[in-house]
Amino acid sequence: MDLFFEILVTALLVISGIFGFVGSYGLVKLPEPMTRLHAPTKAATLGVGSVLIASMIYFAWFNGHVSWHELLITLFIFLTAPVTGLMIAKANIFRHWSKEELPPTGAGTGWATLSDAPSLMDDGADSRLKHEGD
Amino acid sequence: MRRLFPHPYLSVLLVIIWLLLVNDFRWGSLVFGLILSILIPAFIAPYWPQRPTLRFGWKLIAYFLLVIWDIIVANIEVAKIVLFKSNRDLKPAWIAIPLELRSPEAISVLAGTITLTPGTVSCDLSECGHALLVHCLHAPDPDSVVVDIKSRYEARLMEIFS
Repeated sequence: MDLFFEILVTALLVISGIFGFVGSYGLVKLPEPMTRLHAPTKAATLGVGSVLIASMIYFAWFNGHVSWHELLITLFIFLTAPVTGLMIAKANIFRHWSKEELPPTGAGTGWATLSDAPSLMDDGADSRLKHEGD
Repeated sequence: MRRLFPHPYLSVLLVIIWLLLVNDFRWGSLVFGLILSILIPAFIAPYWPQRPTLRFGWKLIAYFLLVIWDIIVANIEVAKIVLFKSNRDLKPAWIAIPLELRSPEAISVLAGTITLTPGTVSCDLSECGHALLVHCLHAPDPDSVVVDIKSRYEARLMEIFS
């Protein structure tokens, strides 16, 4: 049984290594900032995910105690990765893209990052999202 | 009760996270977790005035499993694109997804899902909050991506946040 878990943990570690490598390689290889953004935000999900699962299995089986910190790390990564991706994308849109290059919203207003109007989010975004223009 | 727990789900989540951080069950840490679950929601209540309507049940669990499965499948696809496709053949595209979701929490979950599933990154929201700007790594047919996201994720989120 030990052998089975050793193989499982090894396989997960190798998988995480491969996806971590592909993520970093994509960061170098892909042509422009917006496509480069794809590679690292992805390596975070499967690469880090499988190394954490490997760690959980290893400590549960070989050291006899279950550690819950890996679950928390997964949760925090899944919460923060989209936010950093969004912030990088918004910074890139703001600096390098014009309104004409982006597709139309089809909703009557422009994209929030390239808007000339003062931020509408300052005055109760919740009520506005529910009532305006429905 | 409503003033003590403005966001009951958040309070429950905070207690669970605190117990997981301690990594060992003790009554003292449960009490401290309860104190945190009252203090933190009280501090953030002014910034988060409305309580989202969220239905717990099989649909939410099914949605999580679907997203995890999609992350695994799509990771392999993006790895193939990065390793075996030359930059000339790559067709990156911006797409605008018209949203039917109106709850801000549901839109955040949808945007997060889109970013986590490889090949797509959600980049911006329209000013009125009724459309989402998504960047695709490789999309020969952008319209099918819109249909895919709307039927696969948004329709399910509409049922969960209703």
